[in-house]
Amino acid sequence: MRIAFPIALLAAALLAACSSQPPAPEQKASNVEDRQGTQVGEVKKVEAGGNIDANDLSELKNPKSILSKREVFFDYDSYVIKPEFQNLIQAHAKFLVAKPKMKMLIQGNADERGSREYNLALGQKRAEAVKKALLLLGAREDQLESVSLGKEKPRCSESTEECWAQNRRGDMLYSGEY
Amino acid sequence: MKKPNLLALGFSLLALALPVHAQLAIEITGAGANRIPLAVAAFDGERIVSQALVSVVRSDLERSGLFRMVDPGTNPIAENATINYGDWRGKSSDALVVGSVLPLAEGRYDTRFRLHDIPKQQLLTTQGFTHTAAPYQLRSTAHHIADAVYEKLTGERGVFSTRIAYVVKSTGRYELQIADADGANPQPALASREPIISPSWSPDGSKLAYVSFEAKKPVIYVHDLASGRRHVAANFKGSNSAPAWSPDGKRLAVVLTKDGSSQIYLVNVDGSGVTRLASSAGIDTEPQFAPDGQAIYFTSDRGGSPQIYRIPAAGGEAQRVTFEGSYNVTPRLSPDGKSMAYITRDGGHFKLALMDIANKQTQILTDSSKDESPSFAPNGRVILYATEVGGRGVLAAVSVDGRVKQKLSVQAADVREPAWGPFVK
Repeated sequence: MRIAFPIALLAAALLAACSSQPPAPEQKASNVEDRQGTQVGEVKKVEAGGNIDANDLSELKNPKSILSKREVFFDYDSYVIKPEFQNLIQAHAKFLVAKPKMKMLIQGNADERGSREYNLALGQKRAEAVKKALLLLGAREDQLESVSLGKEKPRCSESTEECWAQNRRGDMLYSGEY
Repeated sequence: MKKPNLLALGFSLLALALPVHAQLAIEITGAGANRIPLAVAAFDGERIVSQALVSVVRSDLERSGLFRMVDPGTNPIAENATINYGDWRGKSSDALVVGSVLPLAEGRYDTRFRLHDIPKQQLLTTQGFTHTAAPYQLRSTAHHIADAVYEKLTGERGVFSTRIAYVVKSTGRYELQIADADGANPQPALASREPIISPSWSPDGSKLAYVSFEAKKPVIYVHDLASGRRHVAANFKGSNSAPAWSPDGKRLAVVLTKDGSSQIYLVNVDGSGVTRLASSAGIDTEPQFAPDGQAIYFTSDRGGSPQIYRIPAAGGEAQRVTFEGSYNVTPRLSPDGKSMAYITRDGGHFKLALMDIANKQTQILTDSSKDESPSFAPNGRVILYATEVGGRGVLAAVSVDGRVKQKLSVQAADVREPAWGPFVK
């Protein structure tokens, strides 16, 4: 499998090296042309994260601390942060300012209604809204990445408004948590 | 190691002997207005081989909804047999397929067929194929015969020997699969614990671009199907999604969020040469090249609600394409570029719609409520899409006139994100 690394692959690797995350390792998939029906192996998971003090993480997990709360919920087809989440975002911004080595991945989510890619974009807008709020409160750009899971990772899978409301969400995850 | 899922599109009674674990779930409703009465006789020669072949030819043609199958009787008719046209006229058949399977050396076979026009009493075409008795070779030969018959009788190219890609989701597992256009012979191309969405075929059918979440965020890959090799085509800070090939296969239109919200960029297939195509304050996504490569259709909420727009592929002013309703997404151009399939929200239901680009006339093709991800067959006659039945994801296909409908499902799993592959020589 380590034969003839194509130039395209090298170029992609170089390109990816300039972006924020390493490319996932090349995977050998089954040979579709030969119709052998052989199974590709599980895709190797990429573990992100850095060197973070265990005390920092325990503070984040303390259920008595507001920092243990990580969720921001949104209205249908909206990416506006509602006032009730201001305190939560302020607390996390303060934490990020105090712990400059700490990084955060903000994952935006959407409910199941409509196109996958449009919902991915909607989830991105929600994650971006959380990121912008944190930046305004002093967090640094290089501490934050906003991404979207669209409607692909629903917490709740029933077709009810209650369930959809759970899924219209931004999650704030710290280094070591994703 | 899991057995491959079987996506069932064929007729159960006529289908080739299937693996015992296969659970067919097929539903076909409607048919074309003027179906051509057609008889496909049993082929002469080695019986097991010919039965497997002929059953696939018949189910391909019948599934198209354009033919009414006339009972040919059980006796085989050899490719070079003299045809008594009067007899077949008596059976109200307009066309007759006959054939022979001859064993060659080393387990190979030569299959020849003839297509006769009964009313005109003439031979329309004759062709031959060399193959083995391996199931996929028999299926492939049968699909090519069905394509030839279809083209001679309808004047359009058949799609029976093309392939489809789709994603099967079972508990905690996602599989990108490639199958024959009838859903048979599914091959896993990629398996992952994280979602896989938006597969898109390269114009030559050798590669798929798709979005995988295996790195806990959406990243675009280009995957060569024959070798299984793949590379990252876009992995910038933020989300990377919605890949679409340019018709020359050299570039991808993609959606990146590296500069803020979701915006459309063009990149070379190897990931180099990133250039921004359009700019909006809101969401731009779901790009798709027009077949001539001159324009890109996409979804944007720049006007307040998600609507479809068109922009020159070289950049420039975007023009709005859809105006009716408050949610029109996922534009997909027909191979001739004259019509556009898309998803429209109609009273809370998401339905597949078709627009005539020239006169803007639209038609809703389905009565379902969670339609997604339309994909044209390469001959433009059928649209494959994802929908939901009984809380489960299934694939469905509808002819562009809305008359012929099929549903395709996999047991105990969700099927989604269909993409119909191109014609391959």
